[in-house]
Amino acid sequence: MHDNIVIIGGGIAGMEAAKALLALGHTPILIESAPTLGGHVGRWHKLFPDLTSARELVARLRSEIVGANIFLGTQVISMNRLADGYSLKLSNGIVINASALLISTGFKLFEADRKEEYGYGVYDRVITNADLEDWFSGADDARIPQQPQTVGFVHCVGSRDLKACNGQCSKVCCATAIKQAIEIKERFPFARVYCFYMDLRLFGKKYEDFYVNAQRDYAVQFIRGRVSEVSETIDGHLQVKAEDTLSGKPLKMQLDLLVLMAGVVRNTAVQELTSMAGLETDSDGFLRSRDNEYAVVESGQPGIFYAGACTGPKTVPETIAEARSAALSIHAYLKTL
Amino acid sequence: MTDFGFKLSKSSTIDLSRVELDRFEELCRQEPGAKVCIGCGSCTASCPAGRLSGMSVRKVLLGLQRGQKVNDMLQCCMLCGKCTMVCPRGINTRNLILTICRIYD
Ligand code: SF4
Ligand code: SF4
Ligand code: SF4
Repeated sequence: MHDNIVIIGGGIAGMEAAKALLALGHTPILIESAPTLGGHVGRWHKLFPDLTSARELVARLRSEIVGANIFLGTQVISMNRLADGYSLKLSNGIVINASALLISTGFKLFEADRKEEYGYGVYDRVITNADLEDWFSGADDARIPQQPQTVGFVHCVGSRDLKACNGQCSKVCCATAIKQAIEIKERFPFARVYCFYMDLRLFGKKYEDFYVNAQRDYAVQFIRGRVSEVSETIDGHLQVKAEDTLSGKPLKMQLDLLVLMAGVVRNTAVQELTSMAGLETDSDGFLRSRDNEYAVVESGQPGIFYAGACTGPKTVPETIAEARSAALSIHAYLKTL
Repeated sequence: MTDFGFKLSKSSTIDLSRVELDRFEELCRQEPGAKVCIGCGSCTASCPAGRLSGMSVRKVLLGLQRGQKVNDMLQCCMLCGKCTMVCPRGINTRNLILTICRIYD
């Protein structure tokens, strides 16, 4: 068996863990179902709070893990428990016996069309945070007007919402909305930009500065009320309705573009894998850690570890820190065998 | 008594230590959803009666916990259930309204 370590999921968590394991003298096997590494971050344009390039982060990580065995476009199709590890069969026919597994299968972005009242996929001027990142990166998007006068951001789309079967806060979207609002203002300085929020959760390093920045330097307007519905006017504008809870009045307004902050939900694509591995789901729908305070990177199964958003929404630095922590835990675990 | 030319006006401060909450606690027993409102205003924004009458489930729930009268608002509710459909906390707002009417008649 030679202490094979298999990392399932090649987003930033899996890549960083591979890098850390290489540094500890191991040669991890990294399996990614998509044709490229990088996951969600690989699709993002810039990261908060310093507006660093997401693609550069992914490219750097990629260059740092060339020593690992990487299988792209590959899935685990079956898994068996051995006396001292796991036997995995991959979709390319290869069978691997592994002493340790790292689950870094990440999250899924909430499918915004499921919140029908917001009209994603129905109205021409409604996009998601991910669509906007694609556009920032240079992709064409006919839904984004040449010179929008008014742009709205809806926080908590598919998060904190029992109707969407997703009660938890996605944690990253308040800061993402502010980041994207600033980026929109930089491209369209004359546009009026509004964020519709229920609570602003700006807990991380420099996030509050980011918020002040958006208010003071970019004149982003914050409206405390959840958008209840969106409709289209005859001339193709959007009409949104919310309660402005701070003034206690119903509010409506016309917008040229609406950006939905689609939330972080559990990755259902790996449900089969996790049930084969005997991994439990926590009450929030994400994978259950052995201990949510002290052993987040450990699963309940021997030799199976976690890193990143498979256990819940995480920021980039949190994910990187967990990946390193998981690599160390795996290194220590292998010594006990 | 000397008239100093000003009179005492009623304080607009909410004195939370004097607010009677027994009926609100009874409401929570009968409709536990009353406890989990996050004040997002979705109910108000979607309410067809709200624009004209000021009806707001959010304000009703807040008002009851701050010792304010809410009966005028409740009278305008048509029990259409739109607020139930949009509430992100899944509160059964129609049952909530009916229960409030019973407890605070
Ligand atoms: S981070 Fe903000 S926008 Fe995202 S779910 Fe939490 S409160 Fe809503
Ligand atoms: S049930 Fe009453 S409060 Fe709710 S939306 Fe209808 S009229 Fe408004
Ligand atoms: S929609 Fe629900 S959670 Fe939001 S203010 Fe109304 S009752 Fe409260």
